[in-house]
Amino acid sequence: MQKYFHSVMLEKENCKGCTNCIKHCPTEAIRVREGQARIIEQLCIDCGECIRRCPNHAKLAITDTLDRLNDYKYTIALPAPSFYAQFGPGVMPHHVLGVLLELGFDHFYEVAVGAEAVSAYLRRYLDQSQRPRPLISSACPAVVRTMQVRFPGLLENIVPIETPMEVSARIAREEAMEKHGLKDEEIGVFFITPCPAKVTAIKQPFGERSYVDGAISMSSIYGEVLNRLNSTGSNLKSTLSPVQGVGWGKTGGENHAIKDHSLLAVDGIHNVINVLEEIERGGLYDIDYIEAQACTGGCIGGPLVPQNPFVSRVRMESLLKELGTRGEQELNVPSDDQFYRLSETILPRPTLKLSDDVNQAIQMLEEVERIYADLPGLDCGSCGSPHCRALAEDIVRGSAETSFCVFKLRDKLQQLAREIVDLSHMQPPAMGRVANGSKEDAKKDEFME
Amino acid sequence: MEMTFDVKSMDFKRAGEAAAKIKKALQLVGMEIDTVRRAVIVAYEAEMNIVIHARQGTLTAKVHPDRLEIEANDEGPGIPDIDLAFQEGYSTAPEHVREMGFGAGMGLPNIKRFSDELEIESKIDVGTQLKTIIYNQTSGE
Repeated sequence: MQKYFHSVMLEKENCKGCTNCIKHCPTEAIRVREGQARIIEQLCIDCGECIRRCPNHAKLAITDTLDRLNDYKYTIALPAPSFYAQFGPGVMPHHVLGVLLELGFDHFYEVAVGAEAVSAYLRRYLDQSQRPRPLISSACPAVVRTMQVRFPGLLENIVPIETPMEVSARIAREEAMEKHGLKDEEIGVFFITPCPAKVTAIKQPFGERSYVDGAISMSSIYGEVLNRLNSTGSNLKSTLSPVQGVGWGKTGGENHAIKDHSLLAVDGIHNVINVLEEIERGGLYDIDYIEAQACTGGCIGGPLVPQNPFVSRVRMESLLKELGTRGEQELNVPSDDQFYRLSETILPRPTLKLSDDVNQAIQMLEEVERIYADLPGLDCGSCGSPHCRALAEDIVRGSAETSFCVFKLRDKLQQLAREIVDLSHMQPPAMGRVANGSKEDAKKDEFME
Repeated sequence: MEMTFDVKSMDFKRAGEAAAKIKKALQLVGMEIDTVRRAVIVAYEAEMNIVIHARQGTLTAKVHPDRLEIEANDEGPGIPDIDLAFQEGYSTAPEHVREMGFGAGMGLPNIKRFSDELEIESKIDVGTQLKTIIYNQTSGE
């Protein structure tokens, strides 16, 4: 069995071997070799940045189809809050949730409700926790995995709290078991996902188990939902849709729900990395909590959402305004703190080192520096590695050669061409009588003396 | 294995680059997580000291299997009272630097706290030499 499950995959037929993806991968997990992109399994964090970047649609996320609903006796849809923001003005959560039931789900549970419950626990946790500041949100699995690969020293800053998705799934599953007398395995819980990172978090959870059975991409069911919204409408009267929980779908929503602490929100994986670097240098200790999301705009900017994130932000804001006018409703969620705690410690992924032997690794690092100093430093990516330094590392690791660099190759060809020209001037001693000779004559003269 | 970086005075935009490169190198070598964590802080604080106080200087990292040596050499005003400089919160950083959130007087105290050995020599109007050693081990501070 492979060590890491990945939802992000390469569609080989579509990959032209261009180098768009390698330059934007936050963990430098992609190389182009033999005309095809290759994902380095240990480094990939399933953020989906490459799906967004690929002009040929050669990167895709493995998600489930609605056919999988047939595998279970009772199915529950878990729509992410960001799903509500994908539709036109006037479309409310109860319309969308009604359509999900029409599509074949037996029940639904809003992840917004789980988010609201997690927010309440986060408030309690921030008041009590003595752990080093700033604490970092555990909600975005792509951020957590970035930290496992690149910032292992900061893993203890991550709050040991389950995600709204897991909390919602567990509540929904346990309710269904109790209400309908179902067995655990008879229930299929499906997350309506904006991103591949969540798919991986289901297949390879940070906690002991995932309470979610599958993930359906928002883009893949968008059309069907849209059609039914227009034709049949929904028969639901109203829904819980707690305003702060729904707000988790966009950047700042999580912090808005926590309130009353020193909070920082950062979105976009490269911005997140900048902030993590600052924490690593000993900064930002005055901040209590950091909401960090890999996608620009938050979950509404996920690689698997159909709508333009700037449009969905407006939709989300007007939806929140509308929901805010309603009175507060009883959510009926567990009040026991233990329910929200992550059951396992998040461990680092030691994947960057050159060798298991420190002495050898130091020698290899020297070799990397030597090779790097000799490369052109243009970071063009034509070699199939993201930049010159990465190529130097790849050469030392044995997965690339200096001649992969087009400039080094050209140098070599020029040298070879010069040698060929030089060789072409040489003649065997038996030949080579030159009419108005210069050098050749001089040599002859030497001989005569 | 030795790496040296030039550090310029008042170049806040680039400050932290040397620390980031040292971190990457230590991860490639496979140093312990705690060693890397401490090294980043020590390197960054040493780098910032040059940026804030000196005219120019260099930051050097020497990587050994059992330890990391970080050295900072600068040409600058020097430190008049070294004991005072190691007191938490004591700072001679100019007002405009402190307004930017730097120069809180934690530079040297943090370097001392996160390194295992430390030597410092300073001459007024000449400059300061700082040498630190961080042993590669998992145990805490």
